Amino acid sequence: MVELALPKNSQIKSGKHWPAPAGAKKVKTFKIYRYDPETGGNPRWDTYDVDVDACGPMVLDALLYIKNSIDPTLAFRRSCREGVCGSCAMNIGGRNTLACTHGWEEVPGKAVQISPLPHMPVVKDLIPDLTLFYAQYASIEPWLHTDTPEPQTEWKQSPKDREKLDGLYECILCACCSTSCPSYWWNGDKYLGPAALLHAYRWLIDSRDEATGDRLDALEDPFKLYRCHTIMNCAQVCPKGLNPAKAIAEIKKMMVERVV
Amino acid sequence: MSKNDLFQPQQFRTPLSRARGMGSAHHGVSHFITERVSGLALAPLSLWGVFAGLKLIGADQHTAIAWLGQPLNAVLLALLLVAALTHLQNAVQVVIEDYIHRFTTKSFLVIGNLFVCVAAGAVGIFSILKVAALTVTGAH
Repeated sequence: MVELALPKNSQIKSGKHWPAPAGAKKVKTFKIYRYDPETGGNPRWDTYDVDVDACGPMVLDALLYIKNSIDPTLAFRRSCREGVCGSCAMNIGGRNTLACTHGWEEVPGKAVQISPLPHMPVVKDLIPDLTLFYAQYASIEPWLHTDTPEPQTEWKQSPKDREKLDGLYECILCACCSTSCPSYWWNGDKYLGPAALLHAYRWLIDSRDEATGDRLDALEDPFKLYRCHTIMNCAQVCPKGLNPAKAIAEIKKMMVERVV
Repeated sequence: MSKNDLFQPQQFRTPLSRARGMGSAHHGVSHFITERVSGLALAPLSLWGVFAGLKLIGADQHTAIAWLGQPLNAVLLALLLVAALTHLQNAVQVVIEDYIHRFTTKSFLVIGNLFVCVAAGAVGIFSILKVAALTVTGAH
C-alpha cells in the first residue's frame, strides 16, 4: 500500500542544537536529518547555527564546515565539489539537488533544511542506499550492443546522429530525479525511474546500436516504463538541467511507432 | 540495515536480480494507446454530451424519450458511454496498480474494476436501446 505517513521508527524527533560561537556576525541555521543505525532509535533533526562568514557560499561548504568545526559525526557523500560526480545529491529546502552547486543563500526560509534523498533506505545521516538505483541502471545494459563484426577503426556516426545524444549523455546519475518521482516512491522496486529510462533512451537512439528492438522489448512493461505519469518532478529538479520526462515520452512514442 | 534485515531472503538476492525482477511483461503499449484514443474520442463526445444535457434541462419525460428516439442522439450517447467507460476502466486500473501492492488485493480490484465498467456499459446500452426502440415502435 502507498505510505501516507512515516512508519513509527522513521518518524523524525527533534535533536541537538549547536549554537553559534560568540561573536559570530552572520549566522545561518542549518536543520539537518540525523540517523545512526548503530546507536538505533529514531532519526532526529539537529540544528546548527553556523557562522557563515567562516565558510563558502554553497550548501556543501556549510556541511564541510559543520563536519570540520562543529560536529565530526555528521555523515554525507561528497567528491568533486563542482557538480560533476553527483555524490552530494540530497534534499535541500524540500528540493532534491546537489549540495555543491546550490548556494545556502538561495534556500528560502529561515533555516536551511537538509535531508537525504527521499524514500530511499538511509545508511547514515545524509547517505541513502542507492544499490537498487544503480542496479536498475545496469539492468538497461548501458553499453553499445552490436552483432556486426567490429570495424578496424571506430563505429562511425554522423554529427547529426551524435547531436541526438545531447541532453542525455550529460546525466551524472546523482538520483535527484528518480528520488523526486512519486511513481518511483510507490513502485521503485518495479518502475525503472527517470534516470535509468533517460539512459535507456540514450542507447535506443544511438545510431550505432543494433539492439533497438530488444531494448524496446525489455522496456515494454506496465511497471518498468509505463509507471511514468508525466508528473515532471524529474525535469524540475535535475541539477544538470536535463529532461528525463521528455526522454521517457520519446520511448513511449517509439513503442507506439513500432505497432502502428 | 538493521540486524533483522540480514535474515530476510531479499537480502541474499543480488541487486541486479532484484532490479530485473521477473523481466518485462511485453505489454503496456496497447493500454497506452487505448487510453489516448478513448481520450481523443471523449473530447468531442463529452462536449456534445454536456450540450445535450443542458438542452434537456427542464424537459418532460416525453420530450426526453423523443430526443433519445432520434437515431443520431441514441448512437452518440452509446458511443459516449462506451468511450467514457473504456477510459475509466483503463485509468482506474493504473491508479490501482500505482497504490495497491499486494498481489491478491490488486488482482481483486483490477478484475472488479473491469466487471463494474463492463456491467455499467451493458446496462447503459440496453437502456438506450430500450428507450430508442420504444419511440421507434411508438409503444410508450
